[in-house]
Amino acid sequence: MPNIAPDPLLNPNAPTGPIDKQWNQHKFDMKLVNPGNKRKFEIIVVGTGLAGASAAASMAQLGYKVKVFTFHDSPRRAHSIAAQGGINAAKNYPNDGDSIHRLFYDTVKGGDFRAREANVYRLAQVSVDIIDQCVAQGVPFAREYGGLLDNRSFGGAQVSRTFYARGQTGQQLLLGAYQALEQQVSLGNVVMHTKSEMLDVVVKDGKACGIVTRDLVSGEISSHSAHAVVLATGGYSNVFYLSTNAMNCNASAVWRAHKKGALFANPCFTQIHPTCIPSSDEFQSKLTLMSESLRNDGRIWVPKNPDETRSPDQIPDEDRDYFLERKYPAFGNLVPRDVASRNAKTMVDKGYGVGPLKNSVYLDFADSITRLSAPVIGERYGNLFDMYERITDENPYKVPMRIYPAVHYTMGGLWVDYNLMTTVPGLYAIGEANFADQGANRLGASALMQGLADGYFILPYTIGDYLSGLLGTQPVPVNDPEFATAQTALSSEVDKWLSVGGTKSVDHYHRELGKIMWAYCGMARDRNGLEKALAEIPALRQEFETNVRVLGSADNVNQSLEKVQRVADFFELGELMCRDALMREESCGGHFRVEHQTPEGEADRDDENFAFVGAWQWQGRDTPQELHREPLEFEFVHLTQRSYK
Amino acid sequence: MDLHLKIWRQNGPDSPGRFEDYDAVGIKDDMSFLEMLDAVNEGLIEAGREPIVFDSDCREGICGTCGVMINGQAHGPQKGTATCQLHMRKFHDGEHITIEPFRAKSFPILRDLMVDRSPLDAIIEAGGFISANTGSAPDANIIPVPKTAADAAMDAAACIGCGACVAACPNSAGQLFTSAKIAHLNLLPQGQAERWSRTENMVETMEEFFGSCTNYGECQEACPKEISIDFIAYMNRDYIKAKTKNRKLIGQRK
Repeated sequence: MPNIAPDPLLNPNAPTGPIDKQWNQHKFDMKLVNPGNKRKFEIIVVGTGLAGASAAASMAQLGYKVKVFTFHDSPRRAHSIAAQGGINAAKNYPNDGDSIHRLFYDTVKGGDFRAREANVYRLAQVSVDIIDQCVAQGVPFAREYGGLLDNRSFGGAQVSRTFYARGQTGQQLLLGAYQALEQQVSLGNVVMHTKSEMLDVVVKDGKACGIVTRDLVSGEISSHSAHAVVLATGGYSNVFYLSTNAMNCNASAVWRAHKKGALFANPCFTQIHPTCIPSSDEFQSKLTLMSESLRNDGRIWVPKNPDETRSPDQIPDEDRDYFLERKYPAFGNLVPRDVASRNAKTMVDKGYGVGPLKNSVYLDFADSITRLSAPVIGERYGNLFDMYERITDENPYKVPMRIYPAVHYTMGGLWVDYNLMTTVPGLYAIGEANFADQGANRLGASALMQGLADGYFILPYTIGDYLSGLLGTQPVPVNDPEFATAQTALSSEVDKWLSVGGTKSVDHYHRELGKIMWAYCGMARDRNGLEKALAEIPALRQEFETNVRVLGSADNVNQSLEKVQRVADFFELGELMCRDALMREESCGGHFRVEHQTPEGEADRDDENFAFVGAWQWQGRDTPQELHREPLEFEFVHLTQRSYK
Repeated sequence: MDLHLKIWRQNGPDSPGRFEDYDAVGIKDDMSFLEMLDAVNEGLIEAGREPIVFDSDCREGICGTCGVMINGQAHGPQKGTATCQLHMRKFHDGEHITIEPFRAKSFPILRDLMVDRSPLDAIIEAGGFISANTGSAPDANIIPVPKTAADAAMDAAACIGCGACVAACPNSAGQLFTSAKIAHLNLLPQGQAERWSRTENMVETMEEFFGSCTNYGECQEACPKEISIDFIAYMNRDYIKAKTKNRKLIGQRK
């Protein structure tokens, strides 16, 4: 077993005892706030995706006074809405051998043993409640003819435990949470602030006491205080410029919390999604994901001849290499995302890529269409096929799709304990914004599960334990000097960007940063590349700071100004990701170090030295962050090399 | 291809607006409409002019953030397609394109092509939910939902809340949006308890903000999710029923 000393800064507060009893025991041990006292507490929630909306609605239902902030024009626009495939739950409705323990086991193993066991078990436990909750809210999940819920299997799982609503599961789950939230708005329990971007956390006497925001329409900078602050602001894939995230997804909220003392854990754990539409040119603004459920019925292949010129439907089977089925007969096309992605990259790097830029592999539905008929395939994936055709002008019923991996999800994030609290008391991080229960790699259909688990069923309990200690106290008033200092700093930051007067757009620098990140901190990483990135990023940042052009003013809608602040934070975060990737001298899950692979080219994990969460502490702008380690112990799932053969 | 654009510029809700002409050169077929606007903005920034403000986020046609009038059509010429999913191969070299914000009295222009659609949230607040406090739900399979009902509810629930229906309607009516949410929830067994109060509250809130429906059908033509106006008929029926049902319910109160 690993021998890493616990760090006093990183107390996981995880319960002990039999794993299936831990959460119940912990709930009993936590202090409660009585119903009459709940209304005396104010809570700020930033972000309205699955985690934020469900947390805000649930806490408001309990009686807390909740203030919600989103930079969108409506809470329903958060990027959870774009999740397609489904949500996992250990319901075992299909009677195929699923259980809470199996979901727990699959998630720990899928995450390549870099997640905290207690958290993952709890996630699997509450997964079943999530489905009940969503159905009661009217989420129109797919159903069988008898009226019962339908399930499908999803990448990396050998049981069918995924619930779905056509290809729009994220949309329907988010609308359920959003509607619950709007109900609380109408009841006066939630005050909603739209078009408000959080740009600082305010900490007084060591506790989070509020935030500073900028109104994206009027430009007004204002302070908001509360007894606790919850960040539900999503992931940071946009550090790569091209990713499947929405245009406005950014890391500023978590990054600014990091600079106020919250440790940032496992930043290099990024997930590359195997089935995205390949990029076509420099103008491309984002990448579009095609749900991984497509791998259930599609077969991935490349021509055996790298110089193949025939159209794909003219290539006979013996001239095709179904490389996933060949290398992993047990899981075939359903291997976990990191394995599928890396194999696609290997084939493309070896020159077997297809398409005009030879930058993709085929995902072919011909066999399934023959077996099941086109209408059945259409019922399962019709909206995805339509979307593919709209973007590429090719009909996937007739010619195979072309797919390539793209950055999709970030497992890293703010370090949190078992109660989802960061290292700053009173500051919580939930959903993708925290370093998560996903370890080094996330299984398909697990992000929606985690976001809703945190928001509906975990945070509303654990936050009471903290608040109960604040009974009788008022939130720090917004005229406190701490708020004034933060507001002044933000105003001068805004003025600084508007007065650079450079020559190149924000997007230009974002794109250049993305190229460095993708080249050196993308699907495969090595020491040389990472060191190169650590030299190139600060140089580019310096140019960015002196040569970026932000036109317009601060007192009106100014999208360049919004972007420049986000990109500035991406520069610092990108650097930390590279430093983390360099520190982690092993390959695990989404983090693949070329130097650390088995003779077959699989990830070579080093449990002796790296079975820990790497959490970084901000030391000021010109000093590299300091690493703290939370050792991970595996009591219930034994450390083994993942094998999907 | 090269295009001639006529784009609405307006500094703020209370400032006068005007059309300005721009040339978009070297536009590629594979670009989306918004990527074309990105390219125009890059050029403007380079020339030291303020870029055109427009809303967009997911660029996958699901978040409902984007949406402009393209040659007078909400989301442009391609059926069932949001602005972000419209590609430039649908246009030809030398074409003149007029781009305006969604126009409706209840959608004030914030700047250039960006509008405020918050009345749509107000309609949801009025009743677009099923009350089910966290933790109180029974097992998900305890109430079977006929597949046909679940499918019809999903058809309605596919609405992305972009507001194109309002922008396309000569009356700026909000019926398609409102009816889609009412139908989604009223079709499901879970939605029955609040069916009649929901319908009455949502319809009456809608009428505070939006014009009346006179069955033009422009809304379903513009809808990027091709939501059918049949749902408006369903809503109208439920609204009339709600008027009597809700009275009866009042009569039962002690």
